[in-house]
Amino acid sequence: MIRVVLPAHLRTLARVNDEVSLEVEGRATLASVLDALEARYPALRGTIRDHDTHKRRAFVRFFACEEDFSHETPDTPLPEAVLTGAEPLLVVGAMAGG
Amino acid sequence: MSGVRVLVGTRKGAFVLTSDGRRDAWNVSGPHFAGWEIYHLKGSSADPNRIYASQSSGWFGQVMQRSNDGGATWEPVGNKFTYDGVPGTHQWYDGTPHPWEFKRVWHLEPSLNDPDTVYAGVEDAALFRSTDGAQTWHELPGLRGHGSGSRWQPGAGGLCLHTIVLDPANPKRMFIAISAAGAFRTDDGGHTWRAINRGLRSAGIPDPDAEVGHCVHRIAMHPSRPSVLFMQKHWDVMRTDDAGESWREVSGNLPTDFGFAIDVHAHEPETIFVVPIKSDSEHFPPDGKLRVFRSRTGGDDWEALTSGLPQRDCYVNVLRNAMAVDRLDPCGVYFGTTGGQVYVSPNGGDQWQAIVRDLPPVLSVEVQSL
Repeated sequence: MIRVVLPAHLRTLARVNDEVSLEVEGRATLASVLDALEARYPALRGTIRDHDTHKRRAFVRFFACEEDFSHETPDTPLPEAVLTGAEPLLVVGAMAGG
Repeated sequence: MSGVRVLVGTRKGAFVLTSDGRRDAWNVSGPHFAGWEIYHLKGSSADPNRIYASQSSGWFGQVMQRSNDGGATWEPVGNKFTYDGVPGTHQWYDGTPHPWEFKRVWHLEPSLNDPDTVYAGVEDAALFRSTDGAQTWHELPGLRGHGSGSRWQPGAGGLCLHTIVLDPANPKRMFIAISAAGAFRTDDGGHTWRAINRGLRSAGIPDPDAEVGHCVHRIAMHPSRPSVLFMQKHWDVMRTDDAGESWREVSGNLPTDFGFAIDVHAHEPETIFVVPIKSDSEHFPPDGKLRVFRSRTGGDDWEALTSGLPQRDCYVNVLRNAMAVDRLDPCGVYFGTTGGQVYVSPNGGDQWQAIVRDLPPVLSVEVQSL
């Protein structure tokens, strides 16, 4: 199971109170985890990445194991600790704006 | 009708204000969608329990919400707005071509007779329609396909389609307005459009009476006279009596003819309301006095309405979507400010009181008469 921590506003939108756990087939990548996340919670489509191009929204970041994966290609495999569920993938709303 | 429901969109959430027909005691519900910008929410006249809301944020983009119970509960619906075909370009601030990019929904206009049909005016300017209760959206591309589309240029607030007015007597006709392109009309249900800006004069563009390029802020109509439209332009208050074929200025004795909001009395088609704002760089009322101006003659002759409104040290703005009227008798008039106040006059503007004073900056106000 892949654990994903969402920012507060997206937890509200998805109507979840805590981190979510997702089944992802094969070796999980950023893209496959987001695919699974959006399939489970359709209200999140378009809020993390573009509907069609899947380009990450500018003020959203992806962190895991104290590393920033935001600029990695979508098919980059996630770290082993994320795959085993020892560490979560963090979807972060950047500190910006008011 | 025995009561009203006021739908307020703010920079940090939506609020629903309800009262009985006396409109002197209010229940406040919210914030709904706390922390998100709510550019607009509006109820269906065919089913008042059906309300649509535009929810957006700089972080997470556009979300659309729908309520089927008058705003008590909400469900997210479709938020995919894809321009039809190859989007092409409009002009950027520096005059260079700029690709059309969806940013947000500014205005929602539910159909007058089908609760599942709703129009959305968006930035970058385009008109979308949903016929399945906002689950899916499709552009009406004839508007952007108007020959002038590549010459449209954004105003300071962006290239936004902010006003949609449906003709209750002719389901094929509607009016829209874009900053800073101007007003447009369709007579065939949105397939083709034409600019209806003859008579507008804008000193801030190279050709003051050009076909397009005018910064129209808001258009209002009385449903009994759909060919008569009133417009608050960037500068100038205007009216047309022939569905936009020609406009004439009716600013008359207003202290300033700059402003954003304009609306028409529910029972008196020649009675209109504006909130004069000092200038496009100051964006607050003249002399620190918050005054609604009312014309009972369809323009030209205006009176200041001040009772209950702050008459000193007031420097708020009233944005284009932030004024509305109810359909009770006497007609109630409402507006919200960037200072977070929502005011009501339950008697056509004669006296005002604040329903709430400390909301986030108000972006939109709509009223349902129940």
